[in-house]
Amino acid sequence: MAPSFVEPLVFYALSALLVIGALAVVFLPRIIHAALSLVVFFVGIAGVFILLQAEFIAAAQIIIYAGAITVLVLFAVMLTQRSASPESNPFNTQGLIASVVAAALFVALLAGITTLAGTSTIGIDMDLTPALGTLMLGQWVLPFEIASVLLLAALIGAVVIAKEN
Amino acid sequence: MLTIGLTHYLVLSAIVFTIGLYGALSKRNAVVILMSIELMFNAVNIAFVAVSRFLPPTAGSPPINLSGQVFALFVITVAAAEASVALAIILAIYRARKTVSIDDLNLMKW
Repeated sequence: MAPSFVEPLVFYALSALLVIGALAVVFLPRIIHAALSLVVFFVGIAGVFILLQAEFIAAAQIIIYAGAITVLVLFAVMLTQRSASPESNPFNTQGLIASVVAAALFVALLAGITTLAGTSTIGIDMDLTPALGTLMLGQWVLPFEIASVLLLAALIGAVVIAKEN
Repeated sequence: MLTIGLTHYLVLSAIVFTIGLYGALSKRNAVVILMSIELMFNAVNIAFVAVSRFLPPTAGSPPINLSGQVFALFVITVAAAEASVALAIILAIYRARKTVSIDDLNLMKW
């Protein structure tokens, strides 16, 4: 068992990484830098999942988000960039309204979170992945199969939409 | 503050979701809007997994309630499908209009 200060330390470090990464995605002036900040953010999320003892989801996060989706986004950036303007990640004219809406949502979320009752913080020292697999192919087998059909439909749809005439 | 509980994770999730929402509403490039939406998906996943970790389990064999983790996996799946289709749409729009700036894409605006 690790000393008790390790978990808070890791949590706050990961939180700082996540917030900085997310802010970099939104505020960096070059879109390619924003896309690469997204990788840092995704890996930080995987760290949070490991901290929450969700190792399988952390692995899926790395493979799907930090691997596949990042490559997709980078391809889209490369294929749609036209000018070499340094300001490739501009803001639109709705910044004020957007910040008001976001701040209002944040306040509402905080109000909801603070009303939550106390929670258990029991430590679990067992591998939960087998139980997760049993759930996925037992109780949740129908959504699981529907998700596979959805992925197939998205795959075909993306090819049809993106191909040249 | 030295015990990290559910509230900490939910506040982190709320902060990241807010940043993502602000980005989705205030950016001009469609690809960056998509990236901001991915930020929001991930914020929701933190909340799902944290709730799954900290809420008391239902009677059964797993010591924690894994439904939140299952939902997070489905969110990841749907986000992957969404990203591929959305980027294909962005490419098709770019090919037709030579721009991905949403300020120029007002065809459906009344």
